[in-house]
Amino acid sequence: MLNAFLRTAVGAGLVLALAACGGEPTESTTGGAAAAGGDTIKVGLLHSLSGTMAISEVTVRDAELLAIEEINAAGGVLGKKLEPVVEDGASDWPTFAEKANKLISQDKVATVFGGWTSASRKAMLPVFERHKALLWYPVQYEGLESSPYIFYTGATTNQQIIPGLDYLKEQGKTKIFLVGSDYVFPRTANKIIKAYAAANGMTILGEEYTPLGHTEYSTLTNKVVQAKPDAVFNTLNGDSNVAFFKQLKSAGVTAESMPVLSVSVAEEEVTGIGVDNIVGHPVAWNYYQTTENAANSKFVAAFKAKYGDAKVTSDPMEAGYNAVYLWAEAVKKAGTVEVEAVKKASGGIALERPEGLVTIDGETQHMYKTARIGIIQPDGLIKEVWNSGEPIKPDPYLKSYPWAGSLAS
Amino acid sequence: MTAILEKPPVTPAPVKEPRDWRGPALFALVAVIGLVVMPLVLEPFRLGLLAKYLTYAIVALGIGLAWGQGGMLTLGQGVFFGLGGYAMGMHLKLNDAGDGLPDFMVWSGVETLPALWEPFRNPVFAIAMVVVVPGAVAWLLGTLVFRQRVRGAYFAILTQALAAAMVILLVGQQGLTGGTNGLTNFFEFFGQDVAADSTQRGLYFTVAIVLGVLFLGAWQLQRSRFGRLLLAVRDGEDRVRFLGYNPATVKTITFTLSAVMAGIAGALFVPVVGIISPALLGVVPSLELVVAVAVGGRFALAGAVLGAVLMGYAKTYFSEELPDAWLYLQGALFILVIGLAPKGIIGFFRRKDVTA
Repeated sequence: MLNAFLRTAVGAGLVLALAACGGEPTESTTGGAAAAGGDTIKVGLLHSLSGTMAISEVTVRDAELLAIEEINAAGGVLGKKLEPVVEDGASDWPTFAEKANKLISQDKVATVFGGWTSASRKAMLPVFERHKALLWYPVQYEGLESSPYIFYTGATTNQQIIPGLDYLKEQGKTKIFLVGSDYVFPRTANKIIKAYAAANGMTILGEEYTPLGHTEYSTLTNKVVQAKPDAVFNTLNGDSNVAFFKQLKSAGVTAESMPVLSVSVAEEEVTGIGVDNIVGHPVAWNYYQTTENAANSKFVAAFKAKYGDAKVTSDPMEAGYNAVYLWAEAVKKAGTVEVEAVKKASGGIALERPEGLVTIDGETQHMYKTARIGIIQPDGLIKEVWNSGEPIKPDPYLKSYPWAGSLAS
Repeated sequence: MTAILEKPPVTPAPVKEPRDWRGPALFALVAVIGLVVMPLVLEPFRLGLLAKYLTYAIVALGIGLAWGQGGMLTLGQGVFFGLGGYAMGMHLKLNDAGDGLPDFMVWSGVETLPALWEPFRNPVFAIAMVVVVPGAVAWLLGTLVFRQRVRGAYFAILTQALAAAMVILLVGQQGLTGGTNGLTNFFEFFGQDVAADSTQRGLYFTVAIVLGVLFLGAWQLQRSRFGRLLLAVRDGEDRVRFLGYNPATVKTITFTLSAVMAGIAGALFVPVVGIISPALLGVVPSLELVVAVAVGGRFALAGAVLGAVLMGYAKTYFSEELPDAWLYLQGALFILVIGLAPKGIIGFFRRKDVTA
C-alpha cells in the first residue's frame, strides 16, 4: 500500500511528460507559417466529423474543400494558395470552442468556416470575438444574433421561416400544428411563428417537442391527427424526421390532406427519410439542387465529379461553398487577409452563386438571399414552386416586422 | 455515525512498515513539474487544455474513491459536475449581465429574472452552492438507495438514469438554463477578464493546487480507518454489516465526497473552458470519465488521475492529428490498455502482492 503513492507519482509524471511532448510540434507552426506569411494562406474548416451531426456536417466540409480546390486551381487568393486545416468538432459544443481556439492561436488561420448547430455557434462565438478572428457560419438559424466576428451565409428567420409562413397563408392554411426537436432553433422559431400567427389570423393548434434523436412518434402523430390542422410546421432535426414521416404516412396523412412544411429537411435528408414517406410535402430553403442557373450547373457537376454521381447538393452545402468564395472576394477587395480590413471590404460584395445573387449586408454580416419553397419529388429532388422574386434583406432581429416587437427586445 | 467508526478495530492494526519517502518525493516532483515546468514550457492554449484535463482529473479522483475504493460504480458523475458548473456559470452570467438579464434569457423570451437565479448574484452563495448542491443531492440519493441495499448494476443504472434525466430537464427549461446551448460567453471572472492569458494562467494554478490538495485529502482518507472500512464494504458488504458497522453510512459519505469533488471540478471547468452545457454532463461524458479511470487504474487514486489526464490528452492529440479517424484510435487505446492490463496503466507499476 505504501508504494501506491510512488506509483501515483510515476504515473502522473509520465502524463505530464506526454503533455509536454504534445506541446512541441505546435511551437514549430506558430513560429513559421503565419496566415499570410508563407506561400499559402491557412484557412480552418471546423465541422463535426464524428457524432450525431457528422452525417450532415461532413457534406458541408466537402463543399468547402471543393470551393478551396476551385479557387486554388484559378490561382488562389492574393497570389497564394489556400491551405485547409481540418478539425473535428465531434458534435460536442465545448470541443468546437477548443478547436476554434486551436485553429486561431496555433495554426494562425486567416479565417474559419464551420459549425452547424446553433449550440456550436454559440460556443464558438466568444472564442472568435476574444481573438478578433473570423467565422463563416453556413446554416440557416434562429436569428436574434449579429456578432461582429461572424458572417452568416445561411438564412436568418425572415429569409426562411417567414416566407414559409407566407406560403402557407397564401395556400389558405390557417390552422397550424408545431412539431420540433427540443433545442434552441425550434423553440425560438416557434416563438416567431406564434407571433406571426397572432398577427395574421392564424391559429396554433398545438406545439410539441421531442428530444433530439427521438424516434417514437405514434403518440405525437395521434395528437396531430386529432387536432385536425390544415398544415404542420416541422422543425424536427435529424433521425427524428424518419420516424415522424413514416408514422404520419401510416396514419394516413398525405401531402394533400395535411402538408408538413419542413425547414430542416433538404436533399440529403430526403434520402435518409425515404422518398416514399415524404413525397409531395413542402420545404423552405434558399437553394435546391434543381435551382436553374449557370453557377449551379457548374457547382452540381463539380461536386458530383469530385465526390461521386450519387451525391446530392443541398442548401447548407451551398452556403458553405459560397462562404469560401465570399471570403476570398472580400480578401481580394481588401488586398490583405487582415480581419478588420476584410470585414470592412465585405459590405456590398455581390456574387452570382448557385442560389442566385448573394450580397453581403455589411451592417449585420448576413446575406441577401432569395427565399424558395419547394415540393419533394418522387426522384428525391426538390422542385421549386414559389420564390420571393428578389433577394430578401436579412433582418436577424426582425426589426421591420411590427408583430415581432416583443421577440427582439 | 462517528460513534460507529470509533469502534475498536476487529483485526489488530497491521504491522507498521518502515516509512517510505519515495512516494512523497515523487509527489513533490510531480508538483514541481505541474506548477513550475508546465507553465514555463506550454503556451497559453496548451496550458488551458492541461487545466481542462486536470478538472476532469478531479472528477476522476472522486470516481476512484467511490468506485475503486468503495465499489460503487457511478455512471452519473456528470450530474454533479454539471450542478457545480451551472452554479458557477449562473454567477458569472449574472455578474456579466449587471442590471440586465443574461443574454440567453433575452432570446428565450424571459422578461424577469427567475427567483432561482437571484441569490447566485452573491459570489459567496454561488461558491457555497458549488459544494452544497452536489453534496446534498448525493447525500439524499445515497441515503435513499444504500439503505435499501441497492448496489452493483442497479446502482450504476440508477446513476446513469439520473444523468439522462438531468440532461432532459436542462434542455427543456431553456429560459432557465440556456437549453442545449448551455451557458457560455462569459467576460469577467471575479474582477478579471476571463479570457486574458494572466487569468487563464492563474486558473491553471488554481486547478492544479485544488487537485493536489484533494488528492492528498483522498490519500489520507484512503489510509485512515475509514478507508479500510470502505475497502471492507467493497469486498464484503454483508460481513461488514454483521461486524456491527453500517455500510450504508460509509457508502453515503464516500459517494457524497465524490459528488463534491465533481461539483468543484465543474465550477473550475466553467472559467477554464468558457462553457457549461448539457452535453458535458449526460451519459456519454459520465461514461468517458469512468473509462478514463479504468484505463488509468481504478484501484489506485493516482490511476484515476492519470487516466483522466491521459485520456483527455489522447483525445486532443488524436483529434488534431487525424480529425477523420481519431475516435477509432481512442477506442483502440482503451481496448489495448484494458486488454493488456485489466488493472489499468497503474497496474504496471504495482507490486503483485499489493491488492488494495
